[in-house]
This record gives sequence, C-alpha cells and structure tokens, in this order.
Amino acid sequence: MKVGLFIPCFIDAYFPEVGIATLELLERFGVEVVYPPDQTCCGQPMANSGFEKDAAATEALFVRNFSGFDYIVGPSGSCVHHVREHFTAIEQTSDIADIRARTYEIVEFLHDILKVDAFPWARFPHKVGLHNSCGTLRGLHHARPSELHEPFFSKPEALLSKVEGLELVTPSRPDECCGFGGTFSVFNEAVSAKMGYDKVKDHAAAGAEYIVSADSSCLMHQRGCAERIDVPLKFIHIVQILNGAAA
Amino acid sequence: MSDSSSERRPENQAVEPQPRGARVKGNKPVDQAEAAERFLAAPLHQKQHDERLWTLRSRRDGEMQAMPEWEEMRALAAAIKEHTLTHLDKYLEMFEANAKANGIQVHWAKDGDEHNHIVQEILERHSAKTLIKSKSMLTEECRFREHMAKVGIEVIETDLGERIQQLDDEDPSHVVVPAVHKLRTDVAKVFAEKLGTDPNDSNIYHLAEAQRQATRPLILNAAAGMTGANFVVAETGTFVVCTNEGNADLSANVPNLHIASIGIEKLIPRLEDLPVFVRMLSRSALGSPITQYTSHFRGPRAGGEMHVVLVDNGRSERLGMEKFWTSLKCIRCGACMNTCPVYRRSGGLSYGATYSGPIGLIIDPTFNARKYSNLPYASTMNGSCSNVCPVKINIHEQIYAWRQEMVREHETPFVKRAAMKAAGAVLSRPAVYRAAVEAGNAAIASLPRFVLYNGLNAWGKHREVPHAPAETFHQWYKKNRGDDK
Repeated sequence: MKVGLFIPCFIDAYFPEVGIATLELLERFGVEVVYPPDQTCCGQPMANSGFEKDAAATEALFVRNFSGFDYIVGPSGSCVHHVREHFTAIEQTSDIADIRARTYEIVEFLHDILKVDAFPWARFPHKVGLHNSCGTLRGLHHARPSELHEPFFSKPEALLSKVEGLELVTPSRPDECCGFGGTFSVFNEAVSAKMGYDKVKDHAAAGAEYIVSADSSCLMHQRGCAERIDVPLKFIHIVQILNGAAA
Repeated sequence: MSDSSSERRPENQAVEPQPRGARVKGNKPVDQAEAAERFLAAPLHQKQHDERLWTLRSRRDGEMQAMPEWEEMRALAAAIKEHTLTHLDKYLEMFEANAKANGIQVHWAKDGDEHNHIVQEILERHSAKTLIKSKSMLTEECRFREHMAKVGIEVIETDLGERIQQLDDEDPSHVVVPAVHKLRTDVAKVFAEKLGTDPNDSNIYHLAEAQRQATRPLILNAAAGMTGANFVVAETGTFVVCTNEGNADLSANVPNLHIASIGIEKLIPRLEDLPVFVRMLSRSALGSPITQYTSHFRGPRAGGEMHVVLVDNGRSERLGMEKFWTSLKCIRCGACMNTCPVYRRSGGLSYGATYSGPIGLIIDPTFNARKYSNLPYASTMNGSCSNVCPVKINIHEQIYAWRQEMVREHETPFVKRAAMKAAGAVLSRPAVYRAAVEAGNAAIASLPRFVLYNGLNAWGKHREVPHAPAETFHQWYKKNRGDDK
C-alpha cells in the first residue's frame, strides 16, 4: 500500500511534530509512505473565503503532487474535508474525482482503512478533552454529532480508547465550535476569540489537562486563546498520542 | 428577556447599558463583526444571551432524543416542503380557490409595498385606525409598521417580546424570541420611558403585568386584527398560527376584521401533512413538545371579514436560484440561531437585517446582495445549523456557496481580494512558498498570509501567536529522510 503523505502548509510551518508523528505511525503499520516535496496547501484558505478562482492553481498543484497513490493521508480534518467536499475550482475529471475520493484524514484512515486494533506503544496517563473539530465531526463524519438522532459512534474515541492510561473527560458543550473557522479567525476576530475562550474554559472546567484533536488549526487557535487568558491547558494532536508521544 | 428571579435595583446601582445593533448606513455593506464586538463588550448581555439560547438548544436535544422517529420526520418534512415548492403554482391556486370557498378574501402582493397598500386599503375601507397584530417576520420584511405609521394607523404588537421591541423602536433580534438580547433591566428602562413604570423595578411579573394593563384596552378597542401564519393548507383553504401567548387568537378574534399576511412559501398540500411540522416546530424552536396554542383559521365568523394577503417579496426569484431555493423550506423555528455559536455571541441585531443567524446569512442576501455581502462571512461553517434544521436546509453549504457568489458577482473588500490573490499565488508555486517559509518567515508564507494580511495583527489582538518551531516538517524530512541525509 502506497500512501502520499499530505502535510498542509500550517503543519509544515508550525507543527512539524504532527507531520513526523503521522509519518512514523503509518510506517509502524507497514505502510509505504511517500512525501511529495513540492506540496504546499489544498486551496482551502482561498476557497473558504469565496475566492475559489484563486484556489484553482493550488488545487491543480495538489493534484500533480498526489497522483498515483493508493491513498493520500493527512493529519488535518479541515484540509481533507476541503479536498473531499469543496475541491471544485478545477475541472472535475475522473482522475480528480478519484484523487479526492482517495484522500483521507489520518483518524479515519487508521479506523476505516487500516482498521487498527491496538497501539501497543501508546501510553498517555492524562485527562484528555477531545475536540471534535467541525470539519471532522460534521464534515467527515468522524463521530455522531449531538444534534442528530443517530446511534452513538466516534472514530477518534474508538482509537483513543486503545491508548493505555488515557482518560477522556467531556466538556458541557462537547460539539461547540471553537471559533477558528479559517479566515473567520481574523475577519471576525472578536467573536472567534470569545468562542475560543469559552471552549478552553469549558474543557478546563471538565478537568482536562490536554485538549486533543485531529485538527491542528483548531488547536493553534485554542492554544492562543488559552495562553492569553491563562487557562493552564496543553494541546496535542491525536496522531502524536497514537504514535506514543509521552506528555 | 431573562426570566430569573425578581429584583428591585437600588437607586444608585449602575446597570450595563444595552448594546445596540449594527450601524446600518443605507445600502452600504453591514459590518456584522463590528456590531458583534460591541455586543461582546457587554458581558452581562452576552452571557445571558448565550446561556439562554444554549438552554433552548439543549432542551431541543432532549425532545429530539425522546422521539425515535426524529430523523425520519426531518426527512419527511423536507420532502413535503420540496414537493410543495416545486409545485407551488398549483398549490397556491388550490389554496386560493378553497379559501375563497370558505369565505376568505384572498389578495396577492408582489412585494412589501404592495402588501402594505393592500392592508391599508382594507383598513381604510373599514375606517379602522387601530390594528392589533401578532408577531410576523413577513411584516418585518415589508417594514409594515413604518408604513402604517406614515398613513396614521396605529399598530399594536401583542406578542410580549415583539411589543418590547416595538416600544424600544428596535427590530426583533430572533425569529421566535424577539427580545432575547435584552436583560430585564433593559426592559424596565423601556417600560419606564414608554409605559411610565418604575425604572428600578425589573421584576418580570411587574413588567409583564404593566404591559398587560397597558395593552389589554388597546386590544379590546382595536378595529382590526392581523396575524401571520405558520402553515397554510392548500386542500382545505385554511391556515394555522402557532403561539405560546395566545396573542394571535386575541388579534384574530377580538376585532371583526382579521387580516393574515402570509409568505407564499408557507404552503403545505394537505391537512395530514401538518402534524409533521407541528410536532417539530416547537421542539426545534424552544424544546417544548408543542406551542401552547395551535389555532386553525377556516373562515370569517358571522358578520366578520377574513383576508389573506399572499406575499411574494422576492420568494419567486429565490425559488429560481439553483443553489439557494431550498432556503424557502424554512419554517422560522430559529433552531439554527439557537445553536449557532456565532449568533449566540453576536446578538441578532448585529446582522442589521430582518433575518439574523445562519438562516439570515443565506436569506438576507437574496433581498440585497450588496448590503448583506458580509453576512455569509459571519460563520465558521461548523454545520450545526444544518443538523438542527427540522426541514434539512443545508444552511452551512449555502453559506459557502454565497461566499463564492459574493466574490464572483458582488463587491468584496479590496484588502481581502488582494490577500487571497497573493495567497493563491504563493501557495501554487512550491519554490516561492518554500523560500518564504524557510527564510524563517513562516508568518508570511503560510497561514498568517491570510491571518496577518493587513498588518493589524487581527490574530494577536485577543490571542497569542503560534510558536515557531526550529525547523519545518519539510526541513526535518530532508534532513532525516531525504536522499541526501
């Protein structure tokens, strides 16, 4: 199985440890992982702001970088959601439809494709609040959102339950958006930050030491908010825990 | 309005002034973010607003969980509405014929002006100088009260929240709970000014009673009554009004003349379709199983008159919009507003439009794309709105589509346009991108290209900036895994 490793721009620049953990974890399961060096971004920042046209060249570049893999896997729910659902700035040939369908977020890849049943190297003896980012929760259907009358399921919880010592705590508003929202975070910065404050306070009140998520962008925003108002929380990407990161 | 325990404020104790809504300047794009920031600067208001609406959302979840067929009902409601909307001409004519047979006089209005003039003519024919009415978002669309004030007809809102808003000369901030952005102290201030009550007494029972005493004589003496309608049944030629205060029944039944203003999207084909909606409306809106009153209006009483004004006001045009027509399914329950984390922290008046919250983001631009060009951006597109919608409008997807529409067809601020063009240029050229990132200037190259786009550091105003790592992933990979390692 040959996987193209998709490292979105802000993970490249700000969260290299998340990219490294993704690579190492996939390799632990015997996957052949290739990192196309000329990759940059999926086009989401432009398209989400309405500038689909300005995303076209970036989307075309993504396609050039990620052709010919069995799967494309990245550690960012919102970016994968963009590729899967909104990657329409360029002509939709069957090749492009194929690439979009082969693109997976790391949690769903581990859960649905590799069907991982154990992470023997992972131990994380901490109280952890799970942040289901909106892109993964309602976009990629990682879990049952609280608004819907459906049987409970949660792919990230299923994976985290296999980590020794990890204890999940639940905030009072488990599915509430943290307020990042891409360019929303700057164009509507006051509301964005307030949502972030409320989110981190809710997790802290539930007793969390860490907030874990499949989206580093949400974590970046929440960390910025927590540091500003002195909420003593730590932030970690789910793939780091699954790859055996110690606290 | 906060419904916590009664309280009399000491004379010298300051209250937090009510933050006002968006500064609307003619046709200029409304700056929702600016108004939201002022709302956030009033922490008591913001907290009460957020918690009150979150409570409604939580109660709604409880009701949903108690109904195993909930998702089936949503699918059914959506299908009925889509069917009706795609056969709207047929059902409107069916309703008209059946309503006329019931003795209802049916009028057609292409827009708000026409609606207002039709109602004015009916009232003038009856020499009616006072009109009591129940809450109707349609009449807000039509700026009905303003028109009536100009022609010397007194309009009295009978819904408590709407009456508060009328007395305060403010629009409703929510489609179901119009004064939800106000604290008791705000209401005390309005009533003191308009009804002569004690400004320091914000006891909700005293306030409600003062309003009742002031309004009841107006109701009893009114020459005409007006309601909206929640649902209009084509096969029976009847319509249904749902309220919790019974005020629509007073408005409709006390005077001899009843006028109902109804948007053409309110149609449903059959009476047997109605329970699907009645069962979900109040559960979605307030988390209560049903509204206190569900009143069926079937025709005028002996010696009275009943008029229905069917209003288009942009609906036909919206029906022709490929990506946005399903917004016409909306039954105005407000569930999307209650769940919206942006709405709860912004206040409904920050949108500067008839409809606020998620549904407003996709409906308001159909009235005036320029004026409401910023609204589709007042969202994180988290998708909760679409999930709570009882008629399954894909609200967050329409928000995304409206953003594309705004950029393609309308004005967007130059700074945003320039930033996105630049981001697109950098992110599509690996060498340029790489050079920028690895010049140690990650802030320019990647995310903060759009974060720090204008030098004002909008990110850092209320948040710490991300910590820059020693090396990028790319550098790590090259060093540890590359061919030249």
